[in-house]
Amino acid sequence: MAAHAHKVKRYRGLMDWLTTVDHKKIGILYLMAGGLFFLVGGLEAVMIRIQLIKPMNDFVGADTFNELITMHGTTMIFLAAMPLLFALMNAVIPLQIGARDVAFPFLNSLGFWTFFFGGVLLNISWFAGNVPDAGWTSYVPLAGPTYNSGHGVDYYVLGLQIAGIGTLLGGINFMATIINMRAPGMSFMRMPMFTWTIFITSALIVFAFPVLTVGLVALMFDRLFQANFFETANGGSSVLWEHVFWVFGHPEVYILILPAFGIISEVVSTFARKRLFGYSSMVFATVLIAFLGFMVWAHHMFTTGLGPVANGLFSIATMLIAVPTGVKIFNWLFTLWGGSICFTAASLFAIGFIPTFVMGGVTGVMLAVAPADYQYHDSYFVVAHFHYVIVGGLVFGIFSGLHYWWPKMFGRMLNEGLGKLTFWTFFIGFHLTFFVQHFLGLLGMPRRVWTYLPNQDFDTMNLVSTIGAFLMGVGTICFLINVVVTSAKARNAKADAWEDGRSLEWTIPSPPPEYNFKQLPLVRGYDAWWKEKMEGKSAMTPAEPPGPIHMPSPSILPFIMSVGLFIAGFGFMYDKLYLAIGGIAVTLICMFFRSVFDDHGFHIEEDEQEKGVHA
Amino acid sequence: MSAHDHADGHLPHEPEKATLEGRNKVLGFWLFLGAETVLFGTLFSAFLALRHNTGDGPTSQELFELPMVFAATMILLFSSLMSVFAVQAMHKNKVKPMLGWLLVTILLGLGFLGLEVYEFLNYIDEGHKMPTSAFSSSFYTLVGFHGAHVAFGILWIGLLILQVLKKGLTVVTAPKIYVSAIYWHFIDVVWVFIFTVVYLMGKVG
Repeated sequence: MAAHAHKVKRYRGLMDWLTTVDHKKIGILYLMAGGLFFLVGGLEAVMIRIQLIKPMNDFVGADTFNELITMHGTTMIFLAAMPLLFALMNAVIPLQIGARDVAFPFLNSLGFWTFFFGGVLLNISWFAGNVPDAGWTSYVPLAGPTYNSGHGVDYYVLGLQIAGIGTLLGGINFMATIINMRAPGMSFMRMPMFTWTIFITSALIVFAFPVLTVGLVALMFDRLFQANFFETANGGSSVLWEHVFWVFGHPEVYILILPAFGIISEVVSTFARKRLFGYSSMVFATVLIAFLGFMVWAHHMFTTGLGPVANGLFSIATMLIAVPTGVKIFNWLFTLWGGSICFTAASLFAIGFIPTFVMGGVTGVMLAVAPADYQYHDSYFVVAHFHYVIVGGLVFGIFSGLHYWWPKMFGRMLNEGLGKLTFWTFFIGFHLTFFVQHFLGLLGMPRRVWTYLPNQDFDTMNLVSTIGAFLMGVGTICFLINVVVTSAKARNAKADAWEDGRSLEWTIPSPPPEYNFKQLPLVRGYDAWWKEKMEGKSAMTPAEPPGPIHMPSPSILPFIMSVGLFIAGFGFMYDKLYLAIGGIAVTLICMFFRSVFDDHGFHIEEDEQEKGVHA
Repeated sequence: MSAHDHADGHLPHEPEKATLEGRNKVLGFWLFLGAETVLFGTLFSAFLALRHNTGDGPTSQELFELPMVFAATMILLFSSLMSVFAVQAMHKNKVKPMLGWLLVTILLGLGFLGLEVYEFLNYIDEGHKMPTSAFSSSFYTLVGFHGAHVAFGILWIGLLILQVLKKGLTVVTAPKIYVSAIYWHFIDVVWVFIFTVVYLMGKVG
């Protein structure tokens, strides 16, 4: 029965990427796929802004405009922002907690491929000529079969359903990983802040995503099987969709922003060369934000008519979130205070994040005032608010994290000059685009309209906004050029690439070997690596003797399972029952194989461990 | 590592938690059930919001026949008890009794499923179909989701019986048996809520 007896099955080239269960490679896959969808969503954004550059423009028609805003929102939230976060989670979390992989490497791969094929399914709608056009919130009855008889919304429903499976698996996986696989000595209150935020985010995913699953199932049944969940004529309720969507949707925005908080905490602390101020209050604030995040969904529905009591309660609950968020803002400021700050590109994005996110938070509290919200509702003020928190918060955080962890992921330092150029163009472009939108909203410009009449004081601000959007595009191109330029350089990043690293990922080579840690490290306090360095040590104390390391085998099954679901999606959509059953059968057969044939994995013996590892 | 620990033929006391893989599987499965709870919670909420909107279709008072539903409930509860016995047998390393209890578990599960199919066919005869009303849509979705879970559980536990017959009880197969038992209990708990909220409240309210 000795596991050594099993042959090591290794693939090369494309097959290696299709079969990998290594969290570091899956992180890179998430980065590439998420980056691709980010560019698609960005292109859609630029087209929206070109249409709005002047009054009565006819760059795209009203129908196309509806499709563009729907796909821009859906793509950016589900197919760009979340996968980019998953990229960083995968690349960093096992390293930060001193683990050799995640709890479920196979599920990790399955999660990626279901997300990817869900995203592809959604975007095939552009080529099928049936694009979702009911907004990213897909409100009924607009998204119902009566008013949306084409297949557009079907693509939305099935694409998100398949991608959602991947997200849920990721959430379960990272929760189990963080609970069960921390290195010896790493208690919960010694975990790095990014690990904490990912832990809480994963919990939010586990408890929020199933709500979306049910909502999408109900909408799908209404559209495909003549069910009546949202069909008012037959006793359904359109307000039910709003509740279901936002019970998921509001935690979703914290799923997006909490990891950014974690990234900012790591970057600010590293480049201020100080311990994160108020670590325990930071942890508490994160947990509190997540808890309150489930209590505030109806603030998206103030104008639906739930009544003054409901509006009042949800209004107050929403304002409460400003308290733990404020705690975080002050903690970052106090971490910077008195630090010897190093202004790298990563740190610029983190520092730019702080005032930008505060502005988004302030408009958030303004929107939480229910009576005032009747004025802001469905205006550009709302558009400005959520772009300030999602772009100014999350996207800045992702850029910061990418510049910070790039050497750990790829073994190469990004070019600092180009990085700073990325920051300044993106930062200035962002504020040009969205700052004026606050005032457009207050002047009464409604969101989601494809054009506007001249001489309403909208013209100049829309022009400014469009110019800003192009500048953000320039920033993104700068980043892409940086990636290309860097990939041609030597792979010479040091283990502690920034020399001020504080957590365990900076104790192992860049990029890390397949097994991450030759010997699991012993953690003796918060900022484990910094603590050792301050005591004059040059390496972590090992917690185990060296020995053969057990690794899971690669597998093609996750890829095939996702293809099966992808095919089934088409089957449901176009009423081809044999395709739907066939696709699901493919997935179930793969599950059967996975259950019946045990994965014994393989061992990397001690003498093989140095092979190909860059010092 | 896992394969070494029982080379001498002795299983550890709690074989499902003997390896890190096993502990991960058990914890991960509890988290998955957390997600499943939210899933069914949302289905229940939708049902509660829509259950009085019967339109021209039959109402719950006209449709439901409690004796048969009560019988189905008892069958599923006993099935759950059988899976408890299976896990107890597993902890005593008694493989044959464990397989026997598991077999009874899925046979009772099949009985439950048979009654449910019979019940649904009757409802369809009475004009209670998916498109009939908001009540019918949310009823079939909630109860149907549960039924699909039962069907999946039967296939899964059936497959595990065959695996244990072939591979024996090991630290690899034990966690699978254990989590399938938790899954089966979970389905049972959901049914208790369905019996209360859908059937009893449907008859009274």
